[in-house]
Amino acid sequence: MSQETNVHPGMNLGYSDGEHEAEVKVFGFWVFVMSDLVTFGLVFAIFGTMAGATAGGPGPEDVTDLKSIALQTALLLGSSFGFSWASLSMKYHNQRWRTLGWLAVAATSALSFLIVEAIDFRDWYHMGAVPQRSGYLSALWALVGLHGLHVAGGLVWMAAMTGQILRYGLTDQIKSRVTRMGLYWHFLDIVWIGIFSMVFLAGVA
Amino acid sequence: MKLDDLKTRLMLDSRNEEERAERRFYFIGLILSVLLTVASFASVMTGLLPRAWIFPTLVILALTQIVVHLRVFLHIDLSRQKREDLQLLLFTILLLSIMAFGTLWIMASLSARM
Repeated sequence: MSQETNVHPGMNLGYSDGEHEAEVKVFGFWVFVMSDLVTFGLVFAIFGTMAGATAGGPGPEDVTDLKSIALQTALLLGSSFGFSWASLSMKYHNQRWRTLGWLAVAATSALSFLIVEAIDFRDWYHMGAVPQRSGYLSALWALVGLHGLHVAGGLVWMAAMTGQILRYGLTDQIKSRVTRMGLYWHFLDIVWIGIFSMVFLAGVA
Repeated sequence: MKLDDLKTRLMLDSRNEEERAERRFYFIGLILSVLLTVASFASVMTGLLPRAWIFPTLVILALTQIVVHLRVFLHIDLSRQKREDLQLLLFTILLLSIMAFGTLWIMASLSARM
C-alpha cells in the first residue's frame, strides 16, 4: 500500500488543490452512506423477523436459484472492481478514454446484474411469489428490491458522470465526484454480501 | 536525464511503482473476495458441512468479506488520519446493532408467546 496520506474513505486521488474541501465533502458523503447502512440494516432486521412467515406460500427454497445468485454476485463484484480500475486510471493516468472505458465495464456489469435480477423477479412473479403473498415475500421483495433500486440509481449516476467527464474532462471537481460515487458503489457491493449470504444461502442451507 | 527517461518508459518511476502497489492491493482484495464468496456458496452447495455449522460459517465468511471490502475498496484503516471515518462506522454499527437485534429479540419473543 502506498505511503501517501490517506485523508478520507475511498481512493485518495491526490488533488492539486482544494484538498481540504474534498476531504470535507467525502466525509459528508460517508455520513450519508452510513445513514443508508442503517436503512438497509433495519430492512435486514425486518427480513429476519419475517424469515419463517411464509404462510404456506413459496419459501426460500422455492425462490432461491443459486446459479442466478452466484452470477449476480460475480457481476456486482466485477462492477465494483471495474469501478476501482476506472478510479485508478483517473488517479495515475489522467486519461479520459481509459477512465471512461473502465466506467463502461462497471456499468455494463451492473446492468447485467439488474437484468439477471429482473429475470429472478419475473420467475418469482410467475410462481405466485408476489409481495402480498406472505410476510416473508414482502420482506424479500423490499430488501432485494431496495438494493436493486440503489444499483439502478447508481447507473443513472454513472451515466451522469460519463456525461460530465465528456463535457469537462478530468478536473478536480469531477474526480471528487467520482470518488464519492465509488464509496456508494463499493457500499452497495457490501450490502449484496449480506443479501446473498443471509437471505439466499442461509435460506436454503 | 536519460535514466529517468528510461524509467518512465519502463513504468518504473516512483509514481508508477506506487500505482503498481495500489493495483496489487486491489487484486489481493479481489482474490480474497472471490475465495470467500466461493467458500460461502460451497458450504451450502457441496453439503460437506454438518447442517448446524452452515449458518455460523456463512456469518463468519460474510463478516470477513465485509472487512476485506472495507479495507481494500473503501480504504478504512486504523491510521490516525482516518479515525473519524472509522469512529463513524463503528458508531453506526453500534446504533444499528441495538435497533436490529432489539427488533429480532422483541419479535421472536412476541412470536414465542403467541
